[in-house]
Amino acid sequence: MTITSFETHPDRYHHWKLSFDGDVATLAMDVQEDDGTGKPYELKLNSYDISVDIELADAVTRLRFEHPEVRTVVVTSAKDRIFCAGANIPMLASSPHAFKVNFCRFTNETRLGIEDASATAGQRYLAAVNGTASGGGYELAIACDEIVLVDDRSSAVSLPEVPLLGVLPGTGGLTRVVDKRKVRRDLADCFSSLAEGVRGKRAVDWRLVDATYRLSQFKAGVAKHARALAEGSPMPEGAAPITWAPLEVEVGPDSGRRYRWVDLALEPEGRRATITVRVPDAVGPTTVEGVRALGAAWWPLAAFRALDDALLHLRFNHLHIGTVLLRTAGDGDVVSGFDDVLEALRDDWFVGEVRHFIRRALKRVDVTAKTFFALGDRGSAFVGTLLELALAADRFFLLDDPEEEVWVGTTAQNGGCYPMGNGLTRLATRFLGEPDAVTRALEVAGRRLTTQDADGLGLCTFAPDDIDWDDEIRIALEERASFSPDALTGMEANLRFAGPETLETKIFGRLSAWQNWIFQRPNAVGPNGALKAFGQPTAATFSWERT
Amino acid sequence: MADIDYQDRIPNNVDLSSDKRLQRALESWQPDFLNWWTEMGPEGFQQDQVYLRTAVSVDKDGWAQFGHVKMPDYRWGIFLTPFEGERKVNFGDHQGEPAWQAVPGEHRYTLQRIIVTQGDTEPASVEQQRKLGHTCPSLYDLRNLFQVNVEEGRHLWAMVYLLQRYFGRDGREEAEALLERRSGNPDSPRILGAFNEPCDHWLSFFCFTTFTDRDGKYQLRALAESGFDPLARTCNFMLTEEAHHMFVGQTGIQRILQKAAERMKQGDPRDFGAIPIDMVQRAINFWYSVSLDLFGGEDSSNAASFFGAGLKGRDRETELSEHTGLDQAYTLRKFSPDGRASDVEVPLRRAMNEVLRDAYIGDCEKVIASWNRTLDKEGCDMRLTLPDRKFHRAQGVYAGLNFDPHGNFVSAADWEARKSAWIPSLDDTAYLHSIMNKPHYVAGEYADWIAPPARGINGHALDFEYVLFATPRI
Repeated sequence: MTITSFETHPDRYHHWKLSFDGDVATLAMDVQEDDGTGKPYELKLNSYDISVDIELADAVTRLRFEHPEVRTVVVTSAKDRIFCAGANIPMLASSPHAFKVNFCRFTNETRLGIEDASATAGQRYLAAVNGTASGGGYELAIACDEIVLVDDRSSAVSLPEVPLLGVLPGTGGLTRVVDKRKVRRDLADCFSSLAEGVRGKRAVDWRLVDATYRLSQFKAGVAKHARALAEGSPMPEGAAPITWAPLEVEVGPDSGRRYRWVDLALEPEGRRATITVRVPDAVGPTTVEGVRALGAAWWPLAAFRALDDALLHLRFNHLHIGTVLLRTAGDGDVVSGFDDVLEALRDDWFVGEVRHFIRRALKRVDVTAKTFFALGDRGSAFVGTLLELALAADRFFLLDDPEEEVWVGTTAQNGGCYPMGNGLTRLATRFLGEPDAVTRALEVAGRRLTTQDADGLGLCTFAPDDIDWDDEIRIALEERASFSPDALTGMEANLRFAGPETLETKIFGRLSAWQNWIFQRPNAVGPNGALKAFGQPTAATFSWERT
Repeated sequence: MADIDYQDRIPNNVDLSSDKRLQRALESWQPDFLNWWTEMGPEGFQQDQVYLRTAVSVDKDGWAQFGHVKMPDYRWGIFLTPFEGERKVNFGDHQGEPAWQAVPGEHRYTLQRIIVTQGDTEPASVEQQRKLGHTCPSLYDLRNLFQVNVEEGRHLWAMVYLLQRYFGRDGREEAEALLERRSGNPDSPRILGAFNEPCDHWLSFFCFTTFTDRDGKYQLRALAESGFDPLARTCNFMLTEEAHHMFVGQTGIQRILQKAAERMKQGDPRDFGAIPIDMVQRAINFWYSVSLDLFGGEDSSNAASFFGAGLKGRDRETELSEHTGLDQAYTLRKFSPDGRASDVEVPLRRAMNEVLRDAYIGDCEKVIASWNRTLDKEGCDMRLTLPDRKFHRAQGVYAGLNFDPHGNFVSAADWEARKSAWIPSLDDTAYLHSIMNKPHYVAGEYADWIAPPARGINGHALDFEYVLFATPRI
């Protein structure tokens, strides 16, 4: 199943209606059962598939850039008595494993994007649950800051995955119930095994929702909450919007992608791809007015948007690519210059949003289940923001060049601008056991570091010289390509996130890992597994072994 | 390509001058090698002129030239049998694919391990034999010892070439480490057991070159089948040289037997300072069994993966009719700790070490037969035998159990009581040291415990000055 584009526009949304009323936006879910794309399933009861979530992701990001006036986003349903029934079960049951994994990862990223918008952009999210919210529907609601539930004596919130489907509420559901909503674990246990869910006062008592309103008062109740959230938002007044213009990309006959500043080249025979981020010749504008005038075309944003898009294509459309080489091309001093602008103008709303976008795109690298090797040779520019790519990689090969044409550098951006899901910078995560190494790496910010310097600072993994470079890289790639892709995915995911647990690391490291395990098990996907049996005349049969 | 480039500091037929990076790496390793040779090579003979053969070509006929040369000036070089453009992987899972000309990344560490293990044996034997020159039975034998030593040195070069040419920084570090380990050193021993055994008298030397170098022959033959073409070609040429080492061992023992048989006509060989045949048998028992250990476990997942990956084949693999090694079994006899035997079927790939060991054993049987012909010719009734493969094993399924030389299970107490009849005792060693207590440096003179050879080297007489001493020796 190929996804031709991860981009869309509100004018083309099939499943959502975006409307505005002053500083409150409403994102109303109105999923079309058949959107005309020939799907082998019907999206009944506001259930969603990837196409629904791509639109949601577009809306969440677009609102940040195009609607800085919005302080509260109300997520609701345009349908009667149903908020959202979650991910479409026939879709999940009929999807190959890899697609299920990709789908869940993307939807998780989208929900984390909602929380990120609230935490870093000050765009608060309110779930106006005007009907039953089950499974992924409730998971969408708890990604919002607040949940108000209609009290019509029938609408409930529920996580029926375990009792009905034999899988988990894997889009953050279990994690957020206890970690974010802080529902007592025994009550959470009851809630998560109760197919019909919880409604009314009990839902409030159990902290599953923040308030309930009778049907007649629901609209007013929602408005009240929306207002209160907007009042608490730190979003600046009068920010001029940026047009979230479509990405321009040329797609080659081999599905390689050439964006303005990023190339994605595919080498299917070696099961690898190369992402090259190119750097402009000059920094260009250094004022707020100057960079805002460029908007989405400003290099730091354009480059990381393209990277983000390339990663999604790699994940969904190139399952056989196991290793991604990260390269940079251009003048490191220019990157350093861009970082100076990103730092000097950090208090500006737009520049801040660009920094946040880059942070999210880098996190997309962190949770992509492919090997990343960064390659720094002549003409590379692993400096500051682009050095983060090398630090996000599983290994960083840096050419030991006697001419010292190869250099890397840290900037202030490496010191806290782009924290990972674990809340630490990539430098702090890298040097968990030697905090002084973080200090040392940041003390030399702005300086050209030769390969020897970088090696001494622990910034690169290997520093082969000219003699060894080609062979070392070739052998490392061939070796990597020979390992079990499953074992590599598990190994990398375990090694990338040293340090503290957060909601985010728990979702990707614990919830997703268990969900993906269950997705492979006969109790879920076997001929009589619960996921397959759902809606069928015969009940699921289980293997009863537990350890 | 077949000719050696002597213009280079390092003679070679691999066009080294066109590969500057490799040349640089090897030239920086060369002084370390020479330091090692000076420190750990033959002790006390580095200034003497030794009549050595030096490889000058890889042609089947006339690949070597002879001349007197100081050992540190020996032209150690890098020779591979010529490139066959069309060679394929001939066995295992990659059968039929083109042979690898570069290291396949997925087999990097496996191949590196194979090469390092092979490479480690080469300097080890030089170290084991470094003091033997002081008790040489003749100039002829002294020269043979040094010929074996310099060629083991060259074999080290061959392995180092592969490491440096194909394995990057790791390969260079391994090349250095080959010079850092020391035979018998408790802190940094050589990798394989037999190469840490003392080889401090000439009976051991001749047994070593007969049996342990013969293990080398079979390892090289298995690697000469490798799908990694440079390894295959390297090993092919090494086999040319290895033949001489086994010749030295086999004729050395044969001459000892000849002398012993002559003396037995007159009485106890000991009374004449010769070596009794039962003592030779014990030396054979020891060196043959420790050499069997070198082949590795009888049931081995490594062996299976080496074969499956096309890295290490069987003896004369290309002459076999079937090359997958799948769906076949090898019957292996195992023993419980109390001596009960049971046969188990091992998948053939897992038994590849044992398959190679079988070929080796067959070859050793022929050597024993040739020695027995010597005894027969000398009118001696005694016969030598090859001990059973289970005898005196420290590796594999028979390790930790006791068997007599016929392969019968015996108790630990039995072993202790009878081992002095089976493997060399301290008395044997003391006796051998007593008769090998001085060198024989006079051309044409031979020690009392060994007969002169049938013929000299390269058509020279038996009293040829095979070693020209820089300073006169007593």
